[in-house]
Amino acid sequence: MELTLKQNTGRSKIHPHKFALWVGCASLLMMFAALTSAYIVRQSAGNWLEFTLPEVFKYSTATIILSSIVLHASYIAFKRQNEMGYKVLLVLAGLLGVAFLGLQYQGWVQLMENGVPFTLNPSGDFVYVISWLHAAHVVGGIAILAVAMIHAFGLPFRVTPKRKLRFELSLTYWHFVDALWVYVFFFLTLYR
Amino acid sequence: MAHATTAVQDQETKLIEELGYDDHFHEHEHGDKFKSNFITKYIFSQDHKMIARQFLITGIIWAIIGAAMSVIFRLQLGFPDESLAWLQPLLGKWIEVDAATGVGKLSQEFYYALVTMHGTIIVFFVLTAGLSGTFSNLLIPFQIGARDMASPFLNMLSYWFFFLAGVVMFFSLFLSTGPFSGGWVAYPPLSVLPQASDGSGAGMTLWLISLTLFVVSVALGGINYITTVLNLRTKGMSMWRMPLTVWAFFITAIIALLSFPVLVSGFLLLMFDRGLGTSFYLNEIFIGGQALDHVGGSPILYQHLFWFLGHPEVYIIILPAMGLVSEVLSTHCRKPIFGYKAMVYSILAIAFLSFIVWAHHMFMAGVNPFISNFFVIFTLIIAVPSAVKVFNWISTMYKANIRYNAASLFAIGFVSMFISGGLTGIFLGNSAIDIQMHDTYFVVAHFHIVMGVAAFFGMFAGIYHWYPKMYGRFMNETLGRIHFWGTLIGAYAIFWPMHYLGMAGVPRRYYRFDSFEYLRPFDDLNQFITIAAIITFFLQILFVVNFFYSIWKGKKMTTKNPWGSTTIEWTTPIEPVHGNWPGKLPTVQRWPYDYSKNGRDFIPQIEPLGPNESEVH
Repeated sequence: MELTLKQNTGRSKIHPHKFALWVGCASLLMMFAALTSAYIVRQSAGNWLEFTLPEVFKYSTATIILSSIVLHASYIAFKRQNEMGYKVLLVLAGLLGVAFLGLQYQGWVQLMENGVPFTLNPSGDFVYVISWLHAAHVVGGIAILAVAMIHAFGLPFRVTPKRKLRFELSLTYWHFVDALWVYVFFFLTLYR
Repeated sequence: MAHATTAVQDQETKLIEELGYDDHFHEHEHGDKFKSNFITKYIFSQDHKMIARQFLITGIIWAIIGAAMSVIFRLQLGFPDESLAWLQPLLGKWIEVDAATGVGKLSQEFYYALVTMHGTIIVFFVLTAGLSGTFSNLLIPFQIGARDMASPFLNMLSYWFFFLAGVVMFFSLFLSTGPFSGGWVAYPPLSVLPQASDGSGAGMTLWLISLTLFVVSVALGGINYITTVLNLRTKGMSMWRMPLTVWAFFITAIIALLSFPVLVSGFLLLMFDRGLGTSFYLNEIFIGGQALDHVGGSPILYQHLFWFLGHPEVYIIILPAMGLVSEVLSTHCRKPIFGYKAMVYSILAIAFLSFIVWAHHMFMAGVNPFISNFFVIFTLIIAVPSAVKVFNWISTMYKANIRYNAASLFAIGFVSMFISGGLTGIFLGNSAIDIQMHDTYFVVAHFHIVMGVAAFFGMFAGIYHWYPKMYGRFMNETLGRIHFWGTLIGAYAIFWPMHYLGMAGVPRRYYRFDSFEYLRPFDDLNQFITIAAIITFFLQILFVVNFFYSIWKGKKMTTKNPWGSTTIEWTTPIEPVHGNWPGKLPTVQRWPYDYSKNGRDFIPQIEPLGPNESEVH
């Protein structure tokens, strides 16, 4: 990314990297849209085990939403030159992200204990596969936050356009995986 | 003439100097980063011009492999009783030689592997990466007036993911169990169960890895193309002043980004079924007399996911070819493209419709006939924007003073192929006719002409036309024309008879046709097709020789704008520079198709409108 050419055609437009990220998110969204559509198609074909989602998923949903809010607060602190708030909230958002993964793991364990082990019936397998795929994207998000933390603690604190852009890119992706889980959660709750 | 062109060039340089936009690009020298060495210039290049050539040459290599495979299985189909022992040095154990008679037979398993690999390679590696990858990279920054792609780094990664996908696929050809052999669509259960066929084991695993890497490549490329078109257009380059090539690449990238992830999801479930014991696609299967414990899956589900990509994929292949043809035709007809806006709207309409017709590939797979009606209607509606495009190309050529050269001939050939293949699509789009036609050579003929040969013709038109921009030299024109006429006649000779085979009910994918009496009368026709295929294949070798010979020995380009084009890629220097334009970026003053206007042969896009001139199109 360092080698990206600086191009300014003199018009106020969204930064190309930000736009590219949005396009990439749209593409990722299609993956999940495909899986949830497959879910609906498969469900209508019968032989479909019915069960309720483990309670833990509610807590994980709350956790990831909270994490998004905290990261946004960190971003606002960053823009207001509040170094302490920026760093503390950034770390907190990352920890909440890790907590989300822990809760998801608990969810999978509970699902298994509730009598819906993996490979029993496609209805359960869809829950596993979709939430695993989502978790993989959260792992990517945590890696991005880790890089953001390295920047936060490794570089002298300065609000430059370049660092603001980097933060905004991380923030957008984090919000995206958050919204993605909210979509998956409501989908899986409503289409039982 | 030479004098006049120099005057025109001076005029263009002056226009860029006067009206150009100074983005201060060349003021900072970027350290030594772009003073590149061999590795960063030719291998890990981040320059769109070099990446385009990497895509093209990789595509050419894959095209030779893919086409050679088709020649081998055509030999089997045309001459099933001849000995293929002479192929043993190349194919090894896949030619089973009878010790007593010395007669060599192509292994049946490998026949299917060849058919599968031919499809996979040509569709994905050649006509997606080799065509759209090459020309999107070359032309998007050039024609919209950008210094490079939005992210040259991701662009480089896009090529290397494609390369990696190729390495994995190539490796799979040498497995002792052979590459995947279940058809390029990889339907379960054949693609899931290793015990179903030799190729469904390690071959299928590598096939899945390869195509997943390929999707990453397409996604990285597509993100870049879209962002570049929307964000990095030079001053004055409004969307309605973009050449049709750029429109086509832009819409293609959008389709690719929306459809390829769906394929990945389909593959993901397939991988789970293969490796982790789920039953998304498997249901109550007996294999080798044993019942598997997979229950509750649906193989049709995979077909839905696959064709949700699969159908847009054919437009991912054909739209870039259409864009190239529009541009080449207009330039060599010396006429504005007829119906510029109609062309753009039909690209948009095709793109939209491509997402709601996928189940016409599944009429006979057991989908609800009422749902089929829906897909029939939308499939037939696609004929409308396609026909608009065809009529516009013909109107562009009508009464034009056409310069016949290899590029324009291939563009005209594209229109011919697209009409021939498109019309048979209307037959197949009807679910009732599909009952008779499905899985026959009629289908093979249809899609080879409309998206195989036609897309290749668009690609050839593009290569002959933009070759000077890529290498600073011209390809040999005489060889180019021999290539064109030979390929046109050869392609029709191969695929035209297949329509009759198909109507007579000859099924596709069969290893040989001697099991049923009704297939016997077609032996001669099959021999004819095979001979035509061999001749056409060697004509393509002629092209390859011409291509590589011309890189070093072709006629040198002496003027910047040899075709008298209006678009701005021809205002860049003959010797390419980092950032494309040595000084200021050109600004765009008019639409890209001002040919034969106000008594002038052409007016470049960088020239301002005259006092009484209006920009009408």
